[in-house]
Amino acid sequence: MKKLLELYWVFCKMGAVCFGGGYAMLPIIQAEIVDKRGWATTEEIMDYYAIGQCTPGVIAVNTSTFIGNKRAGVPGAIAATAGFVTPSVIIIMIISSLLKSFAHITYVERAFTGIRICVAVLIVNATVKLWKSAVKDRIGLVICLAVFAFSAFTDISPVLFVVGSGIAGYVISRWKGADGK
Amino acid sequence: MTQLILLVLEFFKIGLFAIGGGLATLPFLYDLTVTHPDWVVRSQLLDMVAISESTPGALGVNMATYVGNVIAGPLGGVATTIGLVAPSVIIIVIVAKFLERFKDSPIVQNVFYGIRPASIGLIMAAAFVVIKEALMDIPLFSETGSFADLFRIKSIIFGIILYIAMVKFKKHPILYIAIAAIVGNIISF
Repeated sequence: MKKLLELYWVFCKMGAVCFGGGYAMLPIIQAEIVDKRGWATTEEIMDYYAIGQCTPGVIAVNTSTFIGNKRAGVPGAIAATAGFVTPSVIIIMIISSLLKSFAHITYVERAFTGIRICVAVLIVNATVKLWKSAVKDRIGLVICLAVFAFSAFTDISPVLFVVGSGIAGYVISRWKGADGK
Repeated sequence: MTQLILLVLEFFKIGLFAIGGGLATLPFLYDLTVTHPDWVVRSQLLDMVAISESTPGALGVNMATYVGNVIAGPLGGVATTIGLVAPSVIIIVIVAKFLERFKDSPIVQNVFYGIRPASIGLIMAAAFVVIKEALMDIPLFSETGSFADLFRIKSIIFGIILYIAMVKFKKHPILYIAIAAIVGNIISF
């Protein structure tokens, strides 16, 4: 029970400071889950993100469910997800009933011109850290750059990239005769 | 009560079919304005997107909560949120069980050998979109055609300062977000 409450509380805090959707959550997950608590490794987080992109639903919720499930099974998955959405529900409730034009308040608008820059830099910083554990050889580099280019400049669904690179990874490993390397 | 159940079911459907993050829920919400015009109207949705983007949490969850609140008050907000996240939780728990059992199999290892670099490629693409919007002024550039107008110089300088601070001090992300919110109010980017 204590474990579940802890999960709920940690994800509640992350939900409250996660501006800008699933990818903005990445640096916060790195700080709270990987560095501070060691509940998951960087590799695991990357696998969760890849799977979270090609399964239905919001990426941040999928990742929360994964981490919660790893830590404490199904109850953990529910506790982490409930924690993550709690701040959203409370804040949106207050705003929708009190402030109809919250997004157009000058202070909020101006704060977000700064926050947007910060979120961009945070994601870059997270990507640099992930890079070392994800791209280990030339084949990895080719896959990574190809997916980046196609994903940034076309409208192809991420599902195809994840499935395609999974097949490529399997075929290449078999061909090299080096299973799981 | 019937309305709440209906809300859970409608958003369960959205959660089940919206693949690829928060904005993927938007087309489904548009669809909702057609199938349930008494619930929410199209013009309200844009305001909801703006507010959902300027509050913490996942965009999809924020939008679902918002729509639920507008339709049926606080309970509606809870109902839509539960509906939206339920498919994720169910599917991920099943996938996680599968992964747990087969994670040492060479097949799974080989598949992930390809997926991990792809995952970082996708994250880089998302970062690219965010950077483009935060640091570049493409509408102004296409108007004037001058490269001096393409980059938001002040934003780039602030971004570089933030990056150096992050690498050097390694503080919690929320600290940098708070600083950026204050700086945004002092300097006009």
